[in-house]
Amino acid sequence: MHVLIPLMVLIPLLGAATALVSSRSHRLQVAISTSALSMTTVVAALLVWRSDAQGASVVYVGNWAAPWGITLWVDRFSAMMLLVSSVVLLGVLVYAVGQGIADGNRETPVTIFHPTYLMLAAGLFVAFTTGDLFNLYVGFELLLGASYVLLTLGGTGARIRAGVTYIVISLVSSVFFLAAIAMIYGATGTVNMAQVAQRIGDLPADTALLLHVMLLLGFAIKAALFPMSFWLPDSYPTAPAPVTAVFAGLLTKVGVYAIVRTETLLFPTSGPGGDLRTPMMWVALATLVIGILGATVQADIKRLLSFTLVSHIGYMIFGISLGSRLGLNATVYYVIHHITVQTTLFLAVGLIERVGGTTSMSKLSGLLKRAPIVAVLFFIPALNLGGIPPFSGFLGKAGLLVAGADEGGWVVWVVIAGAVATSLLTLYALMRVWNMAFWRSDEELEQGYSSRYINTLVENPDAAQSVQVKEPTPRLMVSATAGMVAVTLALTIFAGNLFAFGDRTAAEISDRDGVIAQVLPDQVSHG
Amino acid sequence: MNASLALIVVMAVMYAAGVYVLLERSLTRVLIGFMLIGNATNLLILIMSGRAGAPPIITDGVDPQDFTDPMPQALILTAIVINFGVTAFVLALIYRSWWLARLGDQGDTVVLEHEEDAGLAQEVFSEASEDDDALHEALDASEAYVDESMEAEPAPEPGGER
Repeated sequence: MHVLIPLMVLIPLLGAATALVSSRSHRLQVAISTSALSMTTVVAALLVWRSDAQGASVVYVGNWAAPWGITLWVDRFSAMMLLVSSVVLLGVLVYAVGQGIADGNRETPVTIFHPTYLMLAAGLFVAFTTGDLFNLYVGFELLLGASYVLLTLGGTGARIRAGVTYIVISLVSSVFFLAAIAMIYGATGTVNMAQVAQRIGDLPADTALLLHVMLLLGFAIKAALFPMSFWLPDSYPTAPAPVTAVFAGLLTKVGVYAIVRTETLLFPTSGPGGDLRTPMMWVALATLVIGILGATVQADIKRLLSFTLVSHIGYMIFGISLGSRLGLNATVYYVIHHITVQTTLFLAVGLIERVGGTTSMSKLSGLLKRAPIVAVLFFIPALNLGGIPPFSGFLGKAGLLVAGADEGGWVVWVVIAGAVATSLLTLYALMRVWNMAFWRSDEELEQGYSSRYINTLVENPDAAQSVQVKEPTPRLMVSATAGMVAVTLALTIFAGNLFAFGDRTAAEISDRDGVIAQVLPDQVSHG
Repeated sequence: MNASLALIVVMAVMYAAGVYVLLERSLTRVLIGFMLIGNATNLLILIMSGRAGAPPIITDGVDPQDFTDPMPQALILTAIVINFGVTAFVLALIYRSWWLARLGDQGDTVVLEHEEDAGLAQEVFSEASEDDDALHEALDASEAYVDESMEAEPAPEPGGER
């Protein structure tokens, strides 16, 4: 069964290679990438089942024992992240194939798209399975390298401009991360996460605090936390719709995943790494409130969603900084919810763009009559993200707030207030989209509709003089979006099971000694 | 842990210069900044292996304590490969953005109309190659000036003839 873990990385890598070789045949490429991602979904589902039934599994690559070789290590949290990202990647791939067929492959040069997309998947899976800090860096670079190519696909002026911002920021964050790894190696003599966790207790407090902050800085840029979040709304929206959807769902969550590992395994509050929970609370609050205030003044729906994306990262950071079992449980659920819902919303906006010809709210109208199915597909995830019961957004936020209330303290209550306000403002921003794009009749727009709200909106600088081009919506795109909406609804239906799973996950990732004993079975006596 | 002071000074200078150049507007300089910072980080990893020692190969009569730590070198090798790939991509990006800057607003529409594209491409290329020719002429002239003023070297360098 241990062979399953390397398979998660091998399948997409082999798929990328064969897809690149078979670049002549579009059909073959589609077949390769869909079957590769279907296979990883099955493998990930097996891993979830296995990690829940029999505990975490460890693979020593090349059979080199733990501190020397690279360790692959999948516990409940990793397995769940693998499963969710596989499902999302597959859904978006089907959507992209639908779009590619309709466009006659004009906008996305498919020969590059499929191999790069699979490389992105491989990078994600490396990051989620690794038990080694340097391998985590390699996974990050794999997925970032693929994301540079996907973001600048086609090489138009707007995409190159957005790409430059994104690439330079990512390079800086990678350098932070690599420098942090170097210093951790200097201080502890190892890059194996379990062994670092074992030895971090012997470090002087100031050294440990420095290492802790360096690591968090690198991850915070990737996760787009408040002072380091301004790059995101400028770079994501210009990419093709499926690419934006996958970036929004998954790339920032890798940062969140790494922060969870840092806070629970490497630098727990009890250790010498310093108690950064209160500063992280403030960062969470700032991320939540400032992000959502940005969202309320955007005219472009893609930019608006990018701002809600930044804002909602704050919820997860809030859960992590609580540090309690309840908090981590709710964080795990919220991460799953947010990956699927945010991706689905971006896919729905891709449909809006095709039906309405633009994503600017001030130019869209009457979509409810023209495209009722698209309206439904936008409305459900929009309510979900806004936190309306009974959807998973409500359950996740309620879980976080309950965990916060359980913890107490005035800082926590301030963040809870901010979180509630953010939820309401998210609903406000998304319902404005609904009112403008779907509910407003075409006549209103033609008669020169004007309101105080419309006048305050900021248009997307890149799309200022773009022409409205309405294109047919292929059935495959709509069904892929519908499938993703069904997944978000399933998160609501199986919320009880997921919360129970999240509770076991939280217990597992907080148990550092257990992790160290799994990865380094021969060395426990040292610790 | 012991470390070489010279390496630390070199690393610090590379970081400082790299950050300074990275903040420039020109993309090429940003790339140079990134390369400086990336290599400074590689040096940092090397410094973390402590002082230099014997090659880490098991030989009779060498105490394992005297070995140099091989692990950081493996890490650096990986980091160099990654930096190399990213540098290649950024170079392609710089070329593309130079191309777009040349074409102005027409840049984004090039892909759709192949006929015009070819003509336009030819135009831009010839302009660019004219610029290059002018540059080369200027360089050749300055070389000739140097040759004349020296007068001691009768044979021109092989690279000078074209």
